[in-house]
Amino acid sequence: MDAVTADNLRKSFGSVKAVDDVSIRISEGEIYGFLGPNGAGKTTTIRMLTGVLIPDSGTVSIFGTDVHKDPLAAKMKMSVIPENGTVYSDLTAFQNVLLTAKFYGMEKKEREERAVDILKRLGLLERKDTLVRSFSKGMRQRVSIAAAIVHSPRLLILDEPTTGLDVQSRRLVIDTIRHMNSEGSTILLTTHNIEEANALCSNISVINKGKIVATESPEKLKKNFDTSGYVEVSFDRPVGEDIFSSPGLIRAESWGDKWRLFSDDPDFAVRYLLSVAEREKLKIVSIATSNPTLEEAFVRLTGEA
Amino acid sequence: MDWRVFFRSIFAVTEKNMRIYYFKGPVMIFGLLFPLIMFLTFFIGRDLDIISFFPGFLGMMLFFTASSVGPLITPWEKREKTYERLISLPVILESVIIGDLLAGAVFGVLITAIVLFVCALFLNLAVVNAAVLLISMVLGSVAFAALGTLLASPATNNPSNIMMLSSLVRLPLIFISGIFIPLGELTGLYFILTSLSPLTYIVDLFHGALSGNAFYPAWFDIMVIVSVILVFILAAKIIQRRNLVKGV
Ligand SMILES: Nc1ncnc2c1ncn2[C@@H]1O[C@H](COP(=O)(O)OP(=O)(O)OP(=O)(O)O)[C@@H](O)[C@H]1O
Ligand SMILES: [Mg+2]
Repeated sequence: MDAVTADNLRKSFGSVKAVDDVSIRISEGEIYGFLGPNGAGKTTTIRMLTGVLIPDSGTVSIFGTDVHKDPLAAKMKMSVIPENGTVYSDLTAFQNVLLTAKFYGMEKKEREERAVDILKRLGLLERKDTLVRSFSKGMRQRVSIAAAIVHSPRLLILDEPTTGLDVQSRRLVIDTIRHMNSEGSTILLTTHNIEEANALCSNISVINKGKIVATESPEKLKKNFDTSGYVEVSFDRPVGEDIFSSPGLIRAESWGDKWRLFSDDPDFAVRYLLSVAEREKLKIVSIATSNPTLEEAFVRLTGEA
Repeated sequence: MDWRVFFRSIFAVTEKNMRIYYFKGPVMIFGLLFPLIMFLTFFIGRDLDIISFFPGFLGMMLFFTASSVGPLITPWEKREKTYERLISLPVILESVIIGDLLAGAVFGVLITAIVLFVCALFLNLAVVNAAVLLISMVLGSVAFAALGTLLASPATNNPSNIMMLSSLVRLPLIFISGIFIPLGELTGLYFILTSLSPLTYIVDLFHGALSGNAFYPAWFDIMVIVSVILVFILAAKIIQRRNLVKGV
């Protein structure tokens, strides 16, 4: 069964079409990334998925339960760390985690054990009885995550979980996401950080101006944009495409006075070029390689430099 | 709908509110001092008959304690950004509304009970009907706490806006209530105005419970108050649902 099925979601704020016909399918067990520039509509989409914003039209179901028709049952299956949401400053870290556990109906003994367990894993055990008021941003975010995973949600939704965190906190958050996923939780996260999406996600949707412009695995996303692994070369005299032909090359493309040879293996492409130059008695004027980057795919998709 | 999850969410919200907003030193102290100051303001140095004015005093106190903190909770949580997280937990609007209301009501009943007890030590209070006294305290707290929750509903994350709105609504409600003038002595426009305030019916119940001199039959007062509670909850729900559509 799909963890999330969203069909034709739309939401306008006045004349701004924040989300314009977005449909998403997330299979159980995935880590799914939502990538887009500022104001693309990520948070608005997440808020509709989690039932805190009523869409203009469209439907959402979480493991088969409609979020807007049966919100309590749907919300029991998930846990959310909102972008603009935090835990209570006037409660301790421990109390915050216990409070959330109570909403999910965990028994007293179970919730206390789990809370201690999780706070320990997130490095907050010694500070567990301190009011969150005195915590740094990174510590707060860890409390927020502890509260969200205390009941081992089937679906964990995180809106920019690592924004503004230092390297250590960020790593802890990412490890926790991986850990939850390995224990069976499906994950949906939004991020600006392309490398993070690349490293974590099995599938990515790129959203721009309220529309999903691509949904692929990170690797496919890179390949689709021909930015993937090419070697750019220029010789001292013009040559024809026919001189480049080898099983290791995807294709060759003329690019001004240069040629771009696309390959998954830049090492092979460079060696091959050298052998061609040798064979054809060509002098190489310039040579450069370009690694596949998700960033380039992202920039092209969202039309921003 | 899963009722077990629903009731659980109400009680979790209630508990959260009591812990964070009500059972705190300053709030408790203010809650207890305020009635005392009001008591002194109204009765000391004046030639008022304490016993016959006591129901009015009790009603006013219940009104203030049950409805004072409630209006601030939601705007405060919106400002502190805990609201978004709260509503993404397994709750529906009704859980939050009723949970907020219950916390205010528990606080109102508790403070009023303490004050009533202390007053009973010093004043020669008679209780004609303890059951009606209890019912009126509970119903009154719920009604005034519901008013507090309704006042919290407009879209704002600025508690001071709501403070203003709250005073603008609550003070006139006191003025138009028949708390210090027996209902039977009012006529015409005054009587109509007085009938518009829910406080009037609570005070009438208190009169019935403490001296037996109620203007309306108890069932009528109770019916009016229960309807008022339902109207407040419904209105709060409509406003808050509109906020969910606007995304604020
Ligand atoms: N409650 C609201 N009222 C009015 N406009 C809104 C509201 N929420 C979002 N918007 C607008 O909708 C658009 C999408 O916003 P959204 O927060 O979904 O973007 P985002 O992709 O999460 O951006 P970011 O990366 O900056 O978090 C923006 O133009 C924003 O100004
Ligand atoms: Mg956002």
